[in-house]
Amino acid sequence: MADLFRIGDRVRASRVDPPHHTRLPRYARGAAGTVTDLLGRYPLPDRSARRLAAEPEPVYAVAFAARELFGEGDHTVTIDLWESYLQPAEAAEPRGTDTAAATSLPARLRRDAPRGRP
Amino acid sequence: MSADHAGPAAGPAATVRRLEALLEQRGLIDAEQLDRALGTFLARASPANGARLAARAWVDEGFRQRLLADANAALPELGLSMGGGLQEQRLKVVQNTADSHNVIVCTLCSCYPLALLGPSPTWYKSEAYRSRVVRDPRTVLREFGFELEPRVAISVWDSSAEARYMVLPRRPGGTEDLGEPELAALVTRNGLIGVAPL
Repeated sequence: MADLFRIGDRVRASRVDPPHHTRLPRYARGAAGTVTDLLGRYPLPDRSARRLAAEPEPVYAVAFAARELFGEGDHTVTIDLWESYLQPAEAAEPRGTDTAAATSLPARLRRDAPRGRP
Repeated sequence: MSADHAGPAAGPAATVRRLEALLEQRGLIDAEQLDRALGTFLARASPANGARLAARAWVDEGFRQRLLADANAALPELGLSMGGGLQEQRLKVVQNTADSHNVIVCTLCSCYPLALLGPSPTWYKSEAYRSRVVRDPRTVLREFGFELEPRVAISVWDSSAEARYMVLPRRPGGTEDLGEPELAALVTRNGLIGVAPL
């Protein structure tokens, strides 16, 4: 499958707070940034950590302005994020808007799997 | 500093010891073999490796460019690699300049290029460093005794996925006469993480 994003694309991180392991840091949720690098393809940890089938998918370096993440600051923070965590910035709801964000999430992130293991 | 700087809890270490004991007990691993494998890896994993990379990049412009463009391909020139784990990890080297400074963190745990920097310092794994350096890097650097000029832009790299990062510090002035080993001796682990100038 072709990569969804290219270097220079504006993307927005998912707002989902999943009940399972994830590697989308909480402070980046809902924030918009710019793809700065392509880092290869790896299985989505949200699934592999639960021992669910996980096809390798693109991981991107995404640069965020501190102001976007924290409301202040003049530095940038670059976070390595799996494709499932990202949507095109213009298609996604901006951070802080009160919408049913979960309905627009990639299926891979939904609570579709057994929670916890016996 | 607050108790947050106390570092990771002893819990995981105890869990690992217990797990190792069980695996040995059931004959699934050989303790000596495990010690040997760990020993071999750790003997090679040292900040001296990162320091050698920095020194070479300072004296060899072609190497500097190759290191920044594709670090994994450049490492073997110094007999180094990002292998040693389950799979080779991608390394990205980020370069400090007069106008820009880089600092590395893993906000989710403590990901870090072990082979090039040696075992990570306790503070790197502390919740205080992980949560504060992304939010207010200038203040955190100041607490390390590193005062950056206000005009210098800061980039924080949160290596919370599969890639690992290393900072290439700026070559200090007045070192034109030094050879590569002398230059490498100036570079510290903290400099390669980005919490010190060198």
